[in-house]
Amino acid sequence: MNTPRDTATAWAPIALGLATLVGVFAAVEAMIRIGWINAFIVPLPSAVLLSFERIIVEEGVLKRFLFTAAEALAAGTLVAVVGISTGVLLYRRQILRLACENWVAALAAAPLVLIYPLFLVIFGRNAVTIVMIGFLSGLPPAILKTVEGLSGTRRTLIDVGRSFNLSPSQQFRKILFPAALPTIFVGLRLGLMFALINIVGVEFLINFGGLGQFVNELAERYDLPAMYAAIFFVILVSVGFFVLTERIERWLGRTR
Amino acid sequence: MTTSAVLQVEGLVKRFAAADETITALDHVSFDVAQGEVLSVIGPSGCGKSTVFNIIGGLTDADEGRVVVEGQTVSGPHPAIGMVFQEESTFPWRTVVENIAFPLEIAGKEKDERVARAREYLALVGLQGFERHYPAELSGGMRQRVAIARTLASRPKILLMDEPFAALDEQTRFLLGDKVLQIQQKLAQTTLLVTHNIAEAVQLSDRVVVMTYRPGRVKRVVAIDLPRPRTSEVVGSVAFQAFVAEIWNDLREEASRGMLDAEAHSRRAT
Repeated sequence: MNTPRDTATAWAPIALGLATLVGVFAAVEAMIRIGWINAFIVPLPSAVLLSFERIIVEEGVLKRFLFTAAEALAAGTLVAVVGISTGVLLYRRQILRLACENWVAALAAAPLVLIYPLFLVIFGRNAVTIVMIGFLSGLPPAILKTVEGLSGTRRTLIDVGRSFNLSPSQQFRKILFPAALPTIFVGLRLGLMFALINIVGVEFLINFGGLGQFVNELAERYDLPAMYAAIFFVILVSVGFFVLTERIERWLGRTR
Repeated sequence: MTTSAVLQVEGLVKRFAAADETITALDHVSFDVAQGEVLSVIGPSGCGKSTVFNIIGGLTDADEGRVVVEGQTVSGPHPAIGMVFQEESTFPWRTVVENIAFPLEIAGKEKDERVARAREYLALVGLQGFERHYPAELSGGMRQRVAIARTLASRPKILLMDEPFAALDEQTRFLLGDKVLQIQQKLAQTTLLVTHNIAEAVQLSDRVVVMTYRPGRVKRVVAIDLPRPRTSEVVGSVAFQAFVAEIWNDLREEASRGMLDAEAHSRRAT
């Protein structure tokens, strides 16, 4: 049973985090009102707060939020399925790994968002282009971290499996994959983050879709408080996916 | 100790290819282990102890010779042999009870049976109350006991241990040695222990196989006739000290050769 002291210890970091956030907002508000920060560049935090109701009721931000979240989910699912499978393949086939790993690493560092015109030509100005850019951006970390996780499995754990006469499939399911799972999830989170950044970026660039397009519209209207409020919803998508991957990792941890 | 050999190691030879030469790690190593016996293989670093462990466990092939378990030549991991490794080998993603139940899960046992048997071996290694803990929440000695319980849960005829207490402090070693002695006494478990620790070998064994430095050969087999049941209190006895001294006398020359060889290797490398 949790003691009151345990409960207090558990809530203290959350309270401190919220208090810091409120403190920073209050400081920014004060600096804008004093005139140290230009109000035409950074809106008052209180104005941003007040614009939430407006963008929810009048601008239909929730629909756009769901649109971006759905694109991110589609890209994330593709990243997970293709990224982990490719990582496993590269781990299993040494020659493929030697041939491709550096290229994948180079792809991770490339500004893939710049190839959106090519995707526009291939897929058209629609959600498929956005999802494909997101998928491609998130793929390298998922592949690289899967290879790293599987290769980093301690030799002794593999030997334990061999000593119990595990089949190759059991060796993978019972030892290699669970041992690599924390590293694989680091790759998935990074991949999802890259995917989301690029999804919102391409929505902004091609003026299509969910929150990216909405931020673009608000910027063009010079509605800064609403634009910052919309950016909050982008962060919300990111937090949502972070929580989702954490839940999946915990669930897999219990079932593996 | 009975006289029937449950494990026979016959003429093992193992060579490794180095940069510019072939190193003979084992040169016709032979010994046997009787039912219920605890036999230690001791030698200096580089004498091929771990190679013997890996060959008997089926993780490495010998170039010559064979390993026979109950009259059958074995190739590859054998269900009659359970291995305990020197390095930390518990699965960090499994609880203590799930770790111990692992071989039973692989064998396709029902969950109830798995848990019941895992609890039985958990009690045997004295870890009751830690069922739901993860290895990260345990000390090094406790984790090694989980690894021993996991291997015992598969009910191997021969328990093969490679320096299982090497990473632990000396006091914990003696106490875990006591635990192994209790288990051995209770289960009459045939055990082959590979170690470089003389006190550990004398404390636990019925016989000690002393190996030479490279190439690894059997130099001598010392029968440890200290009374059983045994505990770590035996380390204070005159007979214990005499066995330690006797084995050290055999090992000193080999260990010196190993040290000189390592120094020469370092000089060549620089």
